[in-house]
Order: sequence, then structure tokens, then C-alpha cells
Amino acid sequence: MRREERAVVPGAAGASTGVAVSVVVTICLTVLSISAVLCLVRLVRGPSVPDRIVALDALLYVVVSGIAVAAALTRDGRFLAVLVAVALLGFVGTVTVARFVERRGS
Amino acid sequence: MSAGDVVSSVLLLTGVSLALLAGLGLVRFPDVFSRMHAATKPATLGMLLVTVGAAVRQDEGSDATKLLLVAAFQFLTAPVAAHMIGRAAYRSGTGDLQGLVVDELKDTS
Repeated sequence: MRREERAVVPGAAGASTGVAVSVVVTICLTVLSISAVLCLVRLVRGPSVPDRIVALDALLYVVVSGIAVAAALTRDGRFLAVLVAVALLGFVGTVTVARFVERRGS
Repeated sequence: MSAGDVVSSVLLLTGVSLALLAGLGLVRFPDVFSRMHAATKPATLGMLLVTVGAAVRQDEGSDATKLLLVAAFQFLTAPVAAHMIGRAAYRSGTGDLQGLVVDELKDTS
């Protein structure tokens, strides 16, 4: 168990630190998964296009939070550039679809 | 558990529970505007808490800076995106316009 936790958390100060933080991160990822499922429910059911844009936007925040939480667990900054790109691309996509809906109606 | 780990854990858990509240509000609320009310506020505060919580645990300063950059972009872009979605919902007539208390867009559009 102790060896496994060390394998999961490279660079952690000690085994107890790694266990406590990985428990917190597991809770965080579980809660984020529930939130993502709720966003997907609205994305599928939402009667109008603006409903779906709002749901997709929220889903994007869940994904960005998930990557950030994973970075907090591993102390590894390799995926953080992805985070910046996803956050900006999500904004561009939201604005584009909103302009489209405004012009065409839903 | 060091002090940084405690701070990071508290920030992460708070931010993530805000994301859960956004998901619940998206499913339970009746129309576009109230769903936006639920979904767009955790998008700024929740993201700030999660990114700061993750930045506390990074060893290198450049990684922490990238995380804080995400939070800064979020604070710049989230209000604009929410404004665009709200106006699109208003003009396409999908929101519950009868339920509005104040309608300031009626005079301008």
C-alpha cells in the first residue's frame, strides 16, 4: 500500500502526505465526475441551443478543474499548457455559437 | 500533512463542491437564465479556488504561474461569455421572458 502510494505520488514529501492528498484528490475527482454527468444530462435534454451552450461551458470548467486537480496530485506541470489552451478555446467556442444563435434563432 | 497540503486540500474541495452545485443547478432549474445563474458563478470563483489550490502544490514557479494565468483568463472571459449567452437567449426568445422583473434590453434591441 505504502509503496503503491509512493508510485502514484512522485516527489511527495512522505508516505502519509501522499496518502492524505490522494484521498482528497479522489474525493475531488468523484465530485467532478458527478458534476460532469449532471452537465451531460442538461446537454442532452436541454430544449434550446442556449441551454446546451451553458451546459457545454460548465462541462468545460469541470474538465479544466479535473486537469488542475490531477496536476495537484502528481505535482507535474506537464499538462498545464493544455489547461490554458482549453480555457481560451472554450471562450472562443462559446462566443461563436452564441453569435450564431443570435443571428439565426434557435 | 504539511500546511501547504492542508491549504491546497481545502481550496480544492471548496472549488470542486462549487462545480457540483453548478451541475445540480443546471439540471434542476427551469429556464435558461436561472440555469446561467447557477452555472456561470462557480465558473469564476470555483476556477479561482481550484487553480490556486493546485498552484500551492506545484514545485516550480512557472507551473504555478500557468495555473494563475488560467484563473486570470477566466476572470476576463467568463463575464463576456455569460453576457453573450444571455443576450442570445433573450433575442432568440428561448428564455422565460414573462418571468423577468426588470427588462432593460427591451428598449435597446
